[in-house]
Amino acid sequence: MASAKELCIEPAYCKGCGYCIEFCPADVLELVNDKVHIKNIDNCTKCGLCEMRCPDYAIYLEEVEG
Amino acid sequence: MPSKLIEKHLRTDRLPHIWCPGCGHGILMRDVCQAIDNLNLDKDMVTIVSGIGCSSRAAGYMNYNTLHTTHGRAIAFATGIKMAKPEMTVIVITGDGDAAAIGGNHLIHGCRRNIDLTIVVFNNNTYGMTGGQYSPTTPTGEKGTTAPYGNIDGAFDLPRLAKAAGATYTARGDCYHVPLTIKLIENGIKNHGFSFIDATSICPTYYGRKNKKGGPIDMMHWQEKNCISKTKADKLSKEELEDKLVIGEFYNEPKEEYTDLYQTIIDKVGGKRNV
Repeated sequence: MASAKELCIEPAYCKGCGYCIEFCPADVLELVNDKVHIKNIDNCTKCGLCEMRCPDYAIYLEEVEG
Repeated sequence: MPSKLIEKHLRTDRLPHIWCPGCGHGILMRDVCQAIDNLNLDKDMVTIVSGIGCSSRAAGYMNYNTLHTTHGRAIAFATGIKMAKPEMTVIVITGDGDAAAIGGNHLIHGCRRNIDLTIVVFNNNTYGMTGGQYSPTTPTGEKGTTAPYGNIDGAFDLPRLAKAAGATYTARGDCYHVPLTIKLIENGIKNHGFSFIDATSICPTYYGRKNKKGGPIDMMHWQEKNCISKTKADKLSKEELEDKLVIGEFYNEPKEEYTDLYQTIIDKVGGKRNV
C-alpha cells in the first residue's frame, strides 16, 4: 500500500504565533482561541511548510498507511 | 502527540518549551534535529553542549548526551569532550551574547585550533533571557534596554570573525529558509574541523518590540525578503546591500584537525589514549 500524509495538530504545544497560517500557500489554517485550527483540509497540498516553520512542533505531517 | 522526528530527538516530557510565541529558536532547534536525522548519526554518539541564555535552553530539550554549561564556556567544555572522545559528534548550541561577548575568547581559540566541533549560534541580536540588553550582534543604531537611544557599537559579522580566526567551515542560515539552514548544519557536522553556523533567529519579545519590528510574522517576512544568497548579493550595489543579510555557505576549506594532531603527539611519545 502506498503511504499518504496526514496533517496533524498538537494543540497543547501551540502558542498561537501564526507562522503556519501566514505561510500556508493554500489557506488551510486559521486561529481559533489562540490555537491553530484546520479550516479547510481539502485545500491542503501536504507541502509541509507549516511544519518547517512551526517553532513549537504543534503542526506536522505524518505518514499514514493507506 | 508530537511528530516522529520530535519524538525521536527531543525529550517530549519537557515540551512545550519555554521560548516565547514566535521565537525562532524552536525552528532552529528542529533544524539541528533534522540535520542529525538526515546524517543518520547514532544518538548516543552525539553530544550537545550549550552555554547560558535563551539559546542554551536547547540542551535541556534535546535527547542526546547533553551538557548545559556556564556562560560563554560551552566551547571550552566541548573541547574537553572532543579531546577525551574524538569519535563523538560534538555540537555547541550557543547565542550571540554567549558566543561572541563573554565567550568570544573561547570562540576565537576554538577556531584557531580547528577542533572538530560544530557551533550553531542561535543569533537573536539581543540578550533575551535577561530582558533585551544589546549584544555584540545588535546592529548599529538599534535599541536595547541598555541602549535606549540606539546602540553606537558596530556589530560583529560572526562568520567573518570565525573565518579570520581559523574556522574551516562558516555559513549563515535563518528561520525562513529552513531546508537551506538544515543543509548548512549538516555540512557543518560533516566538516572534520571547526564549523561555525550563524543561525539568524527571531526575537519578537525584546529585540522586535524594542525596535518596532512588528510581530513575529513581520519579522519572518523580513527574513523572507532580506536574507539573500551570496550569488544574489554579488549583483547588488553597496547601497542595496545595506539592509540585506547574506545567507549560505561562505567558507569550506578543510585543514588538519586538532584531535588528529594531538594523536600524532601521543603516538610520537609512545603513549596511549585513555578510552
